[in-house]
Amino acid sequence: MVLLDIDRAGRAFGSGHLRVVALDDVSLRVSAGEFVAVMGPSGSGKSTLLRLAGGLDRPTSGRVLLAGRDLAGLDEAGLAQALRRQIGFIFQETNLLASLTAAENVALALELDGVRPKAAMAGARGLLDSLGLAATGSRFPGQLSGGEQQRVTIARAVAGGRSLLLADEPTGALDAITGESVMGLLRQRCAAGCAVVLATHNVRHAAWADRVMFLTDGRLAGETGPPAGPECLLGTGQAR
Amino acid sequence: MSVRHSLLAVLSAGPMHGYGLKTEFEAATGDVWPLNVGQVYTTLGRLERDELVTAEADADGQKVYQITEAGRDELARWFETPVPRQMIPRQEVAIKLVFAMRSGVTDVAAVVQRQRVATVRALQDVTRLKAAAESSGDLAWLMMLDALVFQAEAEARWLDMCEARLARENTAAGTARRQPEIPAGQAAKRSSQWSS
Repeated sequence: MVLLDIDRAGRAFGSGHLRVVALDDVSLRVSAGEFVAVMGPSGSGKSTLLRLAGGLDRPTSGRVLLAGRDLAGLDEAGLAQALRRQIGFIFQETNLLASLTAAENVALALELDGVRPKAAMAGARGLLDSLGLAATGSRFPGQLSGGEQQRVTIARAVAGGRSLLLADEPTGALDAITGESVMGLLRQRCAAGCAVVLATHNVRHAAWADRVMFLTDGRLAGETGPPAGPECLLGTGQAR
Repeated sequence: MSVRHSLLAVLSAGPMHGYGLKTEFEAATGDVWPLNVGQVYTTLGRLERDELVTAEADADGQKVYQITEAGRDELARWFETPVPRQMIPRQEVAIKLVFAMRSGVTDVAAVVQRQRVATVRALQDVTRLKAAAESSGDLAWLMMLDALVFQAEAEARWLDMCEARLARENTAAGTARRQPEIPAGQAAKRSSQWSS
């Protein structure tokens, strides 16, 4: 099932000789269970693409469909509701509320969806547990390492069964091994049926994706397609 | 790649036949660097000549190799000495790009882009192996996959840099065309080919 369908989208800012094209005729379809990475230098349009995907911005040409619905057809309230129910955002800054514990931060997302506080707390603890983060539940963000904070942010982003995760440089401030654990967690969410779109400069992290798209000057410059499989890599066909 | 020292390392665990050594080496390195049998026996012949291993025939008349004290010393020396970095392997990608630039017969940016897609694709494959290996607890295998990951990453990042350099060069050339007061020779000089 195609969750996100960006169809020949463009985004330009300004007009006349000051017109800047941030994104030009870019298409991207992401299905449930699929992990797509978007790479490109600063200013190549990665973040613009993610903002369009997340309904935070509207395209000046083309369409963005979320689970088959054209976001342009929704009013502000309808858009806000569709986004909150279906999309989880993960940024480099974790934006966890410092006065709430990790479990309370996750529970808050559920409460905003209308879940009662007690059930939300139970749901949050269950989710943290399933993501190997049970030990963080009662601690405040300030008592967590950067990697733990980012993983709690992912838990919050997927709470309530949100099906599309949009991650913009989520591992920017993390060391190599912690960054990989965050990628492993995103991969795990894909296996559970989420769709993930990751914008990153880090090619090692992009390589966790099923497909890697390269943007240059707002245009699609290349795409890796689905992985060929380790047999191709190792030549001998005997990789374990 | 030091086949010689790798074979000594395998033999340090106990005596073995030549074919067993080949199999052990390939299993330890995940078949990334397959050895041919001839290479293994040639290397074992030299190790025997240098008295780093001894060979005795077993009941079936097949040679069983055993590491000597001198062999253990040689192995220890290998572990204690860093591999010299001046041994730069010939890199076909770098050579291809240099000639793509100098020959002027192809679109260099397209060469860079195609290679980057291929390199990142290979990186995706190793990353899949790594994700699967995380749960195996085989640390040596994981570290070996890390090595492949970082090598592919280095190439991908270098290709990013090449792309950025080409883009900057194009912008500079475009600016030079629009502003004739900048000596036209300067941009031309930078992109000059065999003569440079």
